[in-house]
Amino acid sequence: MVLEGWPEVQGIPGWNFHQRHHRVHKDVDQAGRGLCPVDRLRCPNYTWDLGSRYSQLSQASLLRLYHRFRALDRNKKGYLSRVDLQQIGALAVNPLGERIIDSFFPDGNLRLDFPGFVRVLAHFRPVDDEDPGMRDPKEPEPLNSRMNKLRFAFQLYDLDRDGKISRHEMLQVLRLMVGVQVTEEQLESIADRTVQEADEDGDGAVSFLEFTKSLEKMDVEQKMSIRILK
Amino acid sequence: MLRAALPLLWLLLAGAATTEEPTQEPGSPGEPPPGLALFRWQWHEVEAPYLVALWILVASLAKIVFHLSRKVTSLVPESCLLILLGLVLGGIVLAVAKKAEYQLEPGTFFLFLLPPIVLDSGYFMPSRLFFDNLGAILTYAVVGTLWNAFTTGAALWGLQQAGFVAPRVQASLLDFLLFGSLISAVDPVAVLAVFEEVHVNETLFIIVFGESLLNDAVTVVLYKVCNSFVEMGSANVQATDYLKGVASLFVVSLGGAAVGLVFAFLLALTTRFTKRVRIIEPLLVFLLAYAAYLTAEMASLSAILAVTMCGLGCKKYVEANISHKSRTAVKYTMKTLASCAETVIFMLLGISAVDSSKWAWDSGLVLGTLFFILFFRALGVVLQTWVLNQFRLVPLDKIDQVVMSYGGLRGAVAFALVILLDRTKVPAKDYFVATTIVVVFFTVIVQGLTIKPLVKWLKVKRSEHHKPTLNQELHEHTFDHILAAVEDVVGHHGYHYWRDRWEQFDKKYLSQLLMRRSAYRIRDQIWDVYYRLNIRDAISFVDQGGHILSSTGLTLPSMPSRNSMAETSVTNLLRESGSGACLDLQVIDTVRSGRDREDAVMHHLLCGGLYKPRRRYKASCSRHFISEDAQERQDKEVFQQNMKRRLESFKSTKHNICFTKSKPRPRKTSRKKKDGLANTEATNGKPPRDLGVQDTAAVILTVESEEEEESDSSETEKEDDEGIIFVARATSEVLQEGKVSGSLEVCPSPRIIPPSPTCAEKELPWKSGQGDLAVYVSSETTKIVPVDMQTGWNQSMSSLESLASPPCTQAPTMTRLPPCPMAAEEPQHPFSLPYDPRASFAFPPSLAKAGRSRSESSADIPQQQELQPLMGYEDRTHLSPGTANSHWCIQFNKGSRL
Repeated sequence: MVLEGWPEVQGIPGWNFHQRHHRVHKDVDQAGRGLCPVDRLRCPNYTWDLGSRYSQLSQASLLRLYHRFRALDRNKKGYLSRVDLQQIGALAVNPLGERIIDSFFPDGNLRLDFPGFVRVLAHFRPVDDEDPGMRDPKEPEPLNSRMNKLRFAFQLYDLDRDGKISRHEMLQVLRLMVGVQVTEEQLESIADRTVQEADEDGDGAVSFLEFTKSLEKMDVEQKMSIRILK
Repeated sequence: MLRAALPLLWLLLAGAATTEEPTQEPGSPGEPPPGLALFRWQWHEVEAPYLVALWILVASLAKIVFHLSRKVTSLVPESCLLILLGLVLGGIVLAVAKKAEYQLEPGTFFLFLLPPIVLDSGYFMPSRLFFDNLGAILTYAVVGTLWNAFTTGAALWGLQQAGFVAPRVQASLLDFLLFGSLISAVDPVAVLAVFEEVHVNETLFIIVFGESLLNDAVTVVLYKVCNSFVEMGSANVQATDYLKGVASLFVVSLGGAAVGLVFAFLLALTTRFTKRVRIIEPLLVFLLAYAAYLTAEMASLSAILAVTMCGLGCKKYVEANISHKSRTAVKYTMKTLASCAETVIFMLLGISAVDSSKWAWDSGLVLGTLFFILFFRALGVVLQTWVLNQFRLVPLDKIDQVVMSYGGLRGAVAFALVILLDRTKVPAKDYFVATTIVVVFFTVIVQGLTIKPLVKWLKVKRSEHHKPTLNQELHEHTFDHILAAVEDVVGHHGYHYWRDRWEQFDKKYLSQLLMRRSAYRIRDQIWDVYYRLNIRDAISFVDQGGHILSSTGLTLPSMPSRNSMAETSVTNLLRESGSGACLDLQVIDTVRSGRDREDAVMHHLLCGGLYKPRRRYKASCSRHFISEDAQERQDKEVFQQNMKRRLESFKSTKHNICFTKSKPRPRKTSRKKKDGLANTEATNGKPPRDLGVQDTAAVILTVESEEEEESDSSETEKEDDEGIIFVARATSEVLQEGKVSGSLEVCPSPRIIPPSPTCAEKELPWKSGQGDLAVYVSSETTKIVPVDMQTGWNQSMSSLESLASPPCTQAPTMTRLPPCPMAAEEPQHPFSLPYDPRASFAFPPSLAKAGRSRSESSADIPQQQELQPLMGYEDRTHLSPGTANSHWCIQFNKGSRL
């Protein structure tokens, strides 16, 4: 796999996907995470780390995503812009499409590199069966944990990033999701009720904690996972 | 239990005995009848339907008897009990009639008994769950059934070759394969009967159950192919025949599904146009589904698949199209028919088993079959699950596999198929019959009995029913959209992608084509949940006698309990408004003195007592609509009265605003106000009540907006009940609405109040057209009361009027009033609403509606079209309350005189 047309990326020492791919393959530990120390030494801050370490995606998935990433990158600029994602046909008709695209570009970034791409998609990796108690508590929670999956969904609602879904934000989401046939007032009353239902401290907004609580009974791990992202 | 069943037996025996009597009766046919017979016994003319009815009656009574003891039914599945009962009954019939009667005839079974069960299960199949697990279901249904059939058949043949089966069982390999094909299919009736009581988790249930439904195609094909091979003789079967057999699998299954879908389409399309003949809606559902079944059967396609697909496909559109009552009718009829058919099937199975002339026993065959079907089922499940788990997001674990293997029950389908075998072609038929009976009995009774303890012992995840919440519904949709989007980004066209595609296609084309415009909204799932929640709240509100509205705040049963509601805007508003629930206290809660109370009691009594004469002449009779009968209306009235009483008692304890006014007059006012005709005269007379307005304003706002909300939502419902026409149009409108949505409006959910002034400001623009109106409306205090209660109030008020004061003095004035009271109202707004800034949110429903539709007209033209007739209605209501009121008055007058 040659990385022509990826000047910036190629400029970084060690960033040759082909090469890395093999190295990763060799150096992945049993849990499928981790890189060889050599790589870390060579590029300590390297975000690829995220790609394999936190995402814990299998090599096949990473490779698949990599291909997809390059296919989406129309001008071979080495990163994705919003336009690249917006051009995915089905995403345009998805009521939440724009917001989901937004979540690929956190903090006002205009460019999405491959690690970032992987990082977002890693949220949707199916949850392993391993006992949560087995995990090293010092290690950061994997991106595909229940909490992180929920957080991903939450930030789609929480447009102003204040950690709360206000009634207004809820209304906006509802407006996107509910068909035109429901009138504005009805939407508002639904929004009101939705907020009220989840709102436990009575501040008229849904905090993340309340959000998770309202979904307590739902099998989020299952509903926010895609099988191919093993 | 048996003792209880004995009388039934005698009943039956009487029936059986009478069958023979008539044979002697017409012994003298040549003689002319000896004059006019006073009494003639014509058993023959009614025999067939009479026996059918009798059997169903016996089955139903048996069911009742079983359920008398909860302990028995919790341990033993009903299907077991029915089979046992059937055995007993069959034995008695055999003993009395000396021949086996009333057996399960394959024709009856396939044409009459099976369709209702399949339709019921297809129609009420949780479609989302079904499609989520479609891959697994199809695998088990197709591969699993093929596997079971071939392995069982081959193994039995091997058993015979090995000499374990007595040589008198003359069967070739093909015969055994035929037997294997009919014995291998998991039976939907048996599975449903057992699993419905076990409550395993939904995934497990849908997989086993879906398999049992979909494997019908495979069973039918295998059975037919093997049967024709057997009839042709194995020597004559050529290679092309095998290919044809494989091809017929596709033809039968896809053809069956296609027939079902075509009929589903037709059904949905037909129900779109039944607006004026609501009464035939349930019939259409059954007719077309049955037509699908018969068509598929006629074309020798998979009829079960056809009905399943028909039910599955049409449900969404049919439910949206047909009226609420029809929905209930469909649901209950379907369930009744299905449970009836199921009961009869199991009972007849038991009876059929008694007939020893039909079967011949061979221990080797029976035991071998039992072992093989269990063994190969388990093996097949394990193998398939292993393959499936490579592709499944949530793997099926070992416990699931155990339950699936063990839940492979055989049932009446196998029995009917084995009875259908031709004895001349299949010499071993009798042995097969005996074996099938044993297998069916073993699976239904032994496995049915033990599966519950097994599930408990293995700690299989049970299904947990929790109430749907809006949050869950909304977030689930969000998740779906997210997953679809992620699949798009990843570039994988998986399940979510296609589901998303399908939903868009459905929204764009199918729903447009198959749904009434007015039905659109209710089909939105989020809206649906919201609607149902409201209904539930309303019901619980009614159940609790309205005490949800307590002074500590509004607590909804569906809302998570909260420690403090102090922060919510609603509560604040409530607090501000003085006492917790201000249900238009301005007028009614002034029951203070004993005399007043007596008055109230008297008035209630009169209301109740005088009800019938008042309404009698309103009854309309139509074959096309079910008009509310007197009883229903009376119930409604009683309900209203009860509500009112409760509210009143509740108010009198809660609210202490005191007025020195006598009751009747304030009530009059309120009524007039409610009718949108509050005139200056009335309000001017009672300036002190403004205090009350202030007190209540906040809450009034809440409920009122909710009310609009709901009344809007029920527009479709209104349309549904269009056929019921009352003389007093305005009132009847309210009444009808009251039935459907009026109770909803009781829902005290506080959500409506715009929490912040910003929102309020945001809303104002589109209401600004009626700025003055809004102000006027704010004095509308009665709005807190749900519509039907208002009606009740109205009536009671008017009847009180008719008692206390000359009744019709008021009415003429009102009729003379200008249709639009705005002008008249404007002057009073300064004092009716001097301090309350929020009051501008409130407006009477009719005006609000007009305003809304105006605001919508720009945005949503179809919507407006939809509304138009209703608006017309609305307007009429609005413009002619005077007439309506005069009607009332007159009626009440009559009533009181009576």
